[in-house]
Amino acid sequence: MESKDYLKDISEIKNLMNKSSRFISLSGLSGVLAGIYALVGAAIAYFLVKNSDRGYLILDGYIFKLCLLILALVAILSIATGIILTTKKAKKQGVKIWDNASKRLVINFLIPLLSGGLYILIVLCQGKYGQTAALMLIFYGLALVNASKYSIGDIKYLGIIDIILGLIAASCPGYGFWLWVIGFGIMHIVYGTWMHFKYDRN
Amino acid sequence: MSIINNINKAFDHRIRLGIMSILMVNEYADFKMLKELLDVTDGNLASHTKALEKVEYIKVEKQFIGRKPNTRYATTKLGEQEFKKHINALEKLINKQ
Repeated sequence: MESKDYLKDISEIKNLMNKSSRFISLSGLSGVLAGIYALVGAAIAYFLVKNSDRGYLILDGYIFKLCLLILALVAILSIATGIILTTKKAKKQGVKIWDNASKRLVINFLIPLLSGGLYILIVLCQGKYGQTAALMLIFYGLALVNASKYSIGDIKYLGIIDIILGLIAASCPGYGFWLWVIGFGIMHIVYGTWMHFKYDRN
Repeated sequence: MSIINNINKAFDHRIRLGIMSILMVNEYADFKMLKELLDVTDGNLASHTKALEKVEYIKVEKQFIGRKPNTRYATTKLGEQEFKKHINALEKLINKQ
């Protein structure tokens, strides 16, 4: 009987440690949707470029600007979906959406992501765009690994996979687009589905 | 016998154990945060933080944020050591069964 109490103590300790330091109400479904947006965006960009006069992408054409616009739209839609579905899940679980834990998560996610984003923009302005897909994958992966300490620990593995894909993309120029599709599209869908079944379905 | 000795009386309460658990993984926690996480009344929480403060397992910092007084807590080195000892003792007791 005593031991049962101690077991309860231990699980209570674990629960409080997690609740006070990690924001774990991330929605798996939003990952799936982010992956789908990425695939749709990539498909549109692909057909735009293939059906253009040249058939490949150059830096100052208007098709390049369209591609950047699509990329921005994918990012905005993904973030909006993530916020909406995560808020919904947090409400359902009776967790506050904007507390110390979620603030820490956002800050630690944004530091690598924003530095990466700015770096990519600087490099693009210098006319070098061959490594863009690789850089996006690497910095996004680093952001996930960094954020995993303040959220569901599992997102670390998605981060590591994206970093590896980014490094492959960096060493195989020309395949950047396809690795981007795998990293941001397919991996998000696979990962989001896994998270959904592991955490959301109850 | 030694296992029983390591079970710390100061942690022998759900709320005190909870306060320590939260402070172990956070640099600081203020009164409001502890109150919300542990779901206790002001008076109840205050008496338990005082008990932990008295044995010097946690330290208290009072400051002003704007005009509002804010009380925040953090573990001391001693508190951390004792908490770890307590957890180890709990685990050993559970495994013995």
